[in-house]
Amino acid sequence: MNADRPARLRLIALARDPLAWFTALLLLFVFGMDELRPLFAAAFPTLDRPIFTQDSFLALTVAHIELVALSSAAAVIIGVGAGIFVTRSWGREFRPPVERMVAIGQTFPPVAVLAVAAPLLGFGQAPALIALALYGLLPIVQNTVAGIESVPVSAREAAEGLGMGAARILRRIELPLAMPVIIAGIRTSVIINIGTAALASTVGAKSLGTPIIVGLAGFNTAYIIQGAVVVGLLAIVVDLAFERLLRFVDRWHDSPASRRTPVLAAHG
Amino acid sequence: MKNRVLLVLVIVAAATAWGLAFLTVAPNRLLTGTAIPLAQISTPWRDALLLPAVILVLGVLLPQRMRTHAVVGVTAALLLSGLVWLAGAEAARLAKTASATSRTALGGGFWLLALIAWLAAGDAIERLRLGPVASVVAHLCVLLPVVVLLFAGELQHLSLLKEYSIRKDVFFVALARHVQIVVAALLPTLLVGIPLGIVLFRHTKSQASVFAVLNVIQTVPSIALFGLLMVPLALLATALPGLRQLGVGGIGMAPAVIALILYSLLPIVRSTVAGLAQVPRPVVDAAVGMGLTQGQVLRKVELPIALPVFLSGVRIAGVQAVGLAVVAALIGAGGLGALVFQGLASGALDLVLLGVIPVVALAVVVDAVFRILENLRSTPRG
Repeated sequence: MNADRPARLRLIALARDPLAWFTALLLLFVFGMDELRPLFAAAFPTLDRPIFTQDSFLALTVAHIELVALSSAAAVIIGVGAGIFVTRSWGREFRPPVERMVAIGQTFPPVAVLAVAAPLLGFGQAPALIALALYGLLPIVQNTVAGIESVPVSAREAAEGLGMGAARILRRIELPLAMPVIIAGIRTSVIINIGTAALASTVGAKSLGTPIIVGLAGFNTAYIIQGAVVVGLLAIVVDLAFERLLRFVDRWHDSPASRRTPVLAAHG
Repeated sequence: MKNRVLLVLVIVAAATAWGLAFLTVAPNRLLTGTAIPLAQISTPWRDALLLPAVILVLGVLLPQRMRTHAVVGVTAALLLSGLVWLAGAEAARLAKTASATSRTALGGGFWLLALIAWLAAGDAIERLRLGPVASVVAHLCVLLPVVVLLFAGELQHLSLLKEYSIRKDVFFVALARHVQIVVAALLPTLLVGIPLGIVLFRHTKSQASVFAVLNVIQTVPSIALFGLLMVPLALLATALPGLRQLGVGGIGMAPAVIALILYSLLPIVRSTVAGLAQVPRPVVDAAVGMGLTQGQVLRKVELPIALPVFLSGVRIAGVQAVGLAVVAALIGAGGLGALVFQGLASGALDLVLLGVIPVVALAVVVDAVFRILENLRSTPRG
């Protein structure tokens, strides 16, 4: 869509884009932490080791993203599946108990799920993955149900009138119309998981929380700042990226291509 | 099949009772215990629990009338308290013969069966279609017998309660500290957030930028925000010794409370704006037409109508703050999180649970109280 715009304008747009700025900062800290050694040494002259070096920040970031990606992928598959199930005519009976479990689950702090999982499942990556996936389910189920429920009855009836089966209505009508709400749920889930993954270093999983925890234990404020800045930037970048994705999905919804489909025309 | 939800719950419950440990017994608080399935429990009256179980199975098959739902709900609640009682009684029986350091802990089977009984009771309450307040009260009544058993001392031989009796003093200090952190964060947030919300509602242009900033803050992981606040606060405390005497410093309550205020601002400001935005325009116009000043309109018309939506924001902020205060223990703020992380560090599940369970209970209570308040306000009076 930007192809016909002059390169100079695109550059200006890029320079004004917070996503571009935060991404650049994130990359700077992930790849260039070592170059910042003089800065941290000057700011914290009493520290022998002003830069966290047990693991490179690249390795920590990759481990962090891996933790979040794996758990969120599981949460998306199970959560969207459960959301679809309880909105079908044959699964509708299960909607109230599922919704109640989601509501009560969300009053649990994510760190509580993590803390209980660790002694039960052993320390390391496994309990962190399971805790993150479980907790990440909740907003996804909630938003999948809300998204599908918000599909206008007229759209569904029009599709039935056109002779579409239940499976095609789900694929062609319900899921596309519910997509912005579902993506918003995934966004909430992923952002919570990025924060909880940082805490996962207290149960022995490697993540960007590791420098923070090591720094807190050893009174090394520089480590704390390094971990906190990188994980904070990572969360902000991912959140802004989701915002961009949502805007893109919204635009695609209003585009003439989607309005041309007969069913959408039928409901307005 | 009449009630498929109950059917699924009954099948899972049967498998759980058959396959998972109801209790575990360990020689001391750090070792992993040996499993005791439900079948091996020899407390007299154990089989009395079969009665509610049979009634629940019947509930699957009976015609789904209001009376059936009421019976299923009461039976499931009885089953829940029966399970809790059985665990406590068996632990007491085992304690007579075992050594003083041995621990009888609740097993996975107990937790899953209790969850299923609770879900069955909740599902029955839902099917009774009570009003919003009656429904919350009914849900609380399901848990009431468990609380009674707890305070009656019936559970004192379970390892969790043993852990509690060892650490009673520390526990209450931690609990009080936790509540203190949450209240100290929420009150200033309300004082700042409500006026900010009112101003933003009137100046729609600045909404986008303020919410963008609050959203970015909300995005930053708690541990990162706590860490980032440590440095400026430590510098501030060194520069101004007066502040340090007040307890402000890089670690402790100050960064915790400030971080919680920053996190709580978004739900409170957003709900203030959303609440005011849903006040019907004609109502405001009528109030102005009656000669009310702008301040009077705000106080007598807009704020009362906005109250339920606003309260839902306070509820979200409160539940969130109770959870985030756990993490604050990492920067030395104390609270129940201190028990959690101490338990994690020593691998003592009982200690972790001693921190986690009251946190969850606090969050559930905050959630329930504000839900009742929201519904009280939204039902028309007179």
